[in-house]
Amino acid sequence: MQATTATEAPVLRLDRISKIFPGVKALSEVDLALYPGQVTALVGENGAGKSTLVKILTGIYQPDGGEITVDGTPVSFPTAQDAAAHGITAIHQETVLFDDLTVAENIFLGHALKGRFGLIDTARQRRMAAEILHSIGAEIDPDTRLRELGIASKHLVAISRALSIDARVVIMDEPTAALSHKEIHELYELVEKLKAQGKAILFISHKFDEIFRIADRYTVFRDGQFVAEGRISEITEGELVHMMVGRSVDQVFPKRTPSIGKEVLQVTGYDHPTEFEGINFTLRRGEILGFYGLVGAGRSEFMQSLFGITKPSKGVTKIDGEITVIRSPAEAVEAGIVYVPEDRGLQGAIRPMPIFQNVTLPSLSRTSRNGFIKLAEEFALAREYTERLDLRAASLDTPVGNLSGGNQQKVVIAKWLATQPKVIILDEPTKGIDIGSKAAVHDFMAELASQGLAVIMVSSEIPEVLGMSDRVIVMREGRIAAELSGDEMTPETLVRHAAGIAEA
Amino acid sequence: MSTTERFIPDRLQSPLQKKIKSWESLLLAVAIAIFIANSFASPYFLNAWNLSDATFNFTEKAMIAFAMALLIIAGEIDLSVASIIALASTAMGAAAQFDVSTLTLVLIGLGVGLACGAFNAILVCGMGLPSIVVTIGTMSLFRGISYIVLGDQAYRGYPSDFAFFGQGYVFWVISFEFVLFALIAVLYGILLHKTNFGRAVYAIGNNATGALFSGIRVNRVKSILFLLTGLMSGVAAVCLTSRLGSTRPSIGLGMELEVVTMVVLGGVNILGGSGSIPGVVIAAFVMGLVTFGLGLLNVPGIVMSIFIGALLIGVIALPRLWEMWRK
Repeated sequence: MQATTATEAPVLRLDRISKIFPGVKALSEVDLALYPGQVTALVGENGAGKSTLVKILTGIYQPDGGEITVDGTPVSFPTAQDAAAHGITAIHQETVLFDDLTVAENIFLGHALKGRFGLIDTARQRRMAAEILHSIGAEIDPDTRLRELGIASKHLVAISRALSIDARVVIMDEPTAALSHKEIHELYELVEKLKAQGKAILFISHKFDEIFRIADRYTVFRDGQFVAEGRISEITEGELVHMMVGRSVDQVFPKRTPSIGKEVLQVTGYDHPTEFEGINFTLRRGEILGFYGLVGAGRSEFMQSLFGITKPSKGVTKIDGEITVIRSPAEAVEAGIVYVPEDRGLQGAIRPMPIFQNVTLPSLSRTSRNGFIKLAEEFALAREYTERLDLRAASLDTPVGNLSGGNQQKVVIAKWLATQPKVIILDEPTKGIDIGSKAAVHDFMAELASQGLAVIMVSSEIPEVLGMSDRVIVMREGRIAAELSGDEMTPETLVRHAAGIAEA
Repeated sequence: MSTTERFIPDRLQSPLQKKIKSWESLLLAVAIAIFIANSFASPYFLNAWNLSDATFNFTEKAMIAFAMALLIIAGEIDLSVASIIALASTAMGAAAQFDVSTLTLVLIGLGVGLACGAFNAILVCGMGLPSIVVTIGTMSLFRGISYIVLGDQAYRGYPSDFAFFGQGYVFWVISFEFVLFALIAVLYGILLHKTNFGRAVYAIGNNATGALFSGIRVNRVKSILFLLTGLMSGVAAVCLTSRLGSTRPSIGLGMELEVVTMVVLGGVNILGGSGSIPGVVIAAFVMGLVTFGLGLLNVPGIVMSIFIGALLIGVIALPRLWEMWRK
């Protein structure tokens, strides 16, 4: 292992790299340098070109201009294998692993250890997998099927997989997005270990606390352009945000004077055989009710059951005081309950379809006559709600998949508002979206509540929960651990109830 | 929040521009080319009665293909359609032995088609089984029943006015089947492209989970599509039985593949999510013209199927080859 000093030459350098897609310049002459034993944070709003850059580094896209050098020698990565051969590996936002293979098979997939006759040497693979897992402090049996692991363990497998090719450059694309507090902590320790081994790490994150916690250097992109780079120690959070958005964004949550009206939703005795138990709560007009908890606490599962996706074994929903049976999302929408899911790509939007068709999908009965589509009314409805959300798109018939994450989320929210619901459930509404869109979503939530809509917000981000909610329900292991309001709503109480730690 | 007025246009391209660049335009060009080539290749081609005869090459398949197109766009498939024809035709043949009216025969044919569609729908939508496996199963099942009933026998003795559906002419060279084909094309075109139901079909095919989460009754829509496909197979059974005047258990054997070929050639994505009825209409004409043209040149049936296969692969590979060549 080499000793790491700050003056060392970069392992990997990108020089004036450009990437053009039809009609869009995704990257315009950007620079990036990664140094051995250092963590470089790549910072930028969604749409800044971070994902494109990762794809270029891993051989998925080819740059249209510029030069990549490894140890000072120009290289190119025509395929993903070429990038791996140069020791570059990425741990993706949504980890690409295979549920039905074992941990060891996942780790060595694509570069299996061969024994005699070119067959896979499973014994050696298992041993090596155990070694790598052990080296990062993950005590996982290499023979376990991946399906049986939790999301955090899966992540550790993904990291082991990255390390199994003897990587020199490790790219981590929002590695903490799906992790709980404790798991994030363990990830930080792992990053420290990788640093000590002299690996260069590219760390992509939207969370400023973690950037300042673990990064040594930063590089800022904005709208596909290089903005700045430097040492983290020489910059403040405010300066970094300013460079990122090109304007100063105060991360203050919208101030509201909640005008809470009469009860609109009453949930009693919701049980599910495995996911949740004994859920009771009420919700009033104009109220924002936060649901906090660790990943796996059963919040999303409960919300989806309220929305008619998963069937609870028992439970009663009353809307405006009347018992309402909801057996499908269609019935939920009719009853005035809508759900903005966490998994935007799969559950939220229909990405290949145009924006306007996504927005009007649950409201088609209102933009049609006797089942026949009225295009002009569809466009009008879509325009009304997307403009309210300040959507940025080339046209309303652009496929939703072409938009950035934040704008996709706006389409999903617009879709539900167009149904004029009574209760809107937002599941991790700002996960993985940029600061600008985040603020827009927060403002919008406040506006909706002030117009008398009842809002349920599931969030794992404490500042968001505390900043937005009038009341917070903390869930732990499928049960309601606490219901907090007013002065009880502090970061400490939230974490304590979520983790099940007794009163200090 | 920024309050700057930002206008998002409805469209960047006019619908006409999009149409010109579409798959359907390419296919139409292919159809015209085949038409011209045929008229040079054979002196008998440009004859009204010959051309009218040629339409029987595709009318029955196309009726099923329209329903199949919707099913494939929604991400499902029904491979049992030809066997539904066999079962429906057998049922009609059996009924004809008891001197029932023509109307009753037609209702039996359509009813059996609907019932078969309902059976597929229950297995796929009710029990959540994959449609490709279910309908391979029912493909054997439905035709198997016909073989048990008929063995190596055939049903004949249909009433004389029953012949109209497959052999009758509405006006001059315009056959009843062709009129029915055109009518069904228009109905399915409206259903897919102009109604909420059609929009739901596209949504399901592009992302069934997303459609469910958007309040679409996914299983209900899919069930209706299986019922429609069964019904159209029943309609085709009436036409085909009437045209042949007899029922053997091998009736329409292998037709499901020609129907799927027609749908895919028409630009419907076999993985679901996109496609159009005008595309399937043009594809029907292309297949009809090719088989008819080759028939006039005395090309044997086996070579014809090679030709259709090559045409399918060629037309599908064309855009991909074009892209590769540009790079």
